[in-house]
Amino acid sequence: MSVRVEIGKARLDPGRVLSSLACPADGAVNLFLGVVRDHHQSRRVLRLEYHAYGAMAKQKMQQIADEVTERFGATSVVLLHRLGTLEIGDVSVLVAVATAHRAESFTACRHAIERIKSEVPIWKKEHFEDGVAWVEGCRPGAPDPSPI
Amino acid sequence: MNGPDGLMLVTVKFLASYAEQVGEDEVDLMLPPSSTVADLLDQLRQRFPRWGKMVDQPLVARNLEYVRPEQVLEDGDEVAFFPPVSGG
Repeated sequence: MSVRVEIGKARLDPGRVLSSLACPADGAVNLFLGVVRDHHQSRRVLRLEYHAYGAMAKQKMQQIADEVTERFGATSVVLLHRLGTLEIGDVSVLVAVATAHRAESFTACRHAIERIKSEVPIWKKEHFEDGVAWVEGCRPGAPDPSPI
Repeated sequence: MNGPDGLMLVTVKFLASYAEQVGEDEVDLMLPPSSTVADLLDQLRQRFPRWGKMVDQPLVARNLEYVRPEQVLEDGDEVAFFPPVSGG
């Protein structure tokens, strides 16, 4: 069983995470990548800036990883979130979960990303052609208002 | 341990848009014993009226865990105020 949780400015490398992940007892590996998109509603987004309440963000992500391990029997959980300025197409968040069977891997991965988005104190600031704006997110326990 | 006058020292952090609205990201405050998060918020609204008018229901964390307004504070606590999160 392994858990890895990191928040930082380094570029995320999904290939490297995947190759380090599975063990012989795993039959399924599920990977989710959050990627910087070039628009918000109809406005063109140039780049995003991510800020965190670092100590709490790390603690919350660790709690989420532990919960996923316990609740869904995951053998490996990797939760990574990038901070700083990200360009279009960059990976901002990575969730990877290994389990014995496929059903739990999907459920665990979905559970982890939804919890990250609703509870971990990280914020994004959008840079548009004509200004910047903080993204107003959701409250813990509230459903995610953005489309999936 | 409380100070000689019975007051407790609380470190307040403002994150993301709140830090910009307040103009500071950290302040130390002295509070009477048994003060709650709601008491602290009242004091902050007075000290930072511009932020106080803009902010509706901030999220609050005490020592890195979410708490409700009725939570009683202790000497040495770190209390963070921030808007709804938007990571991912």
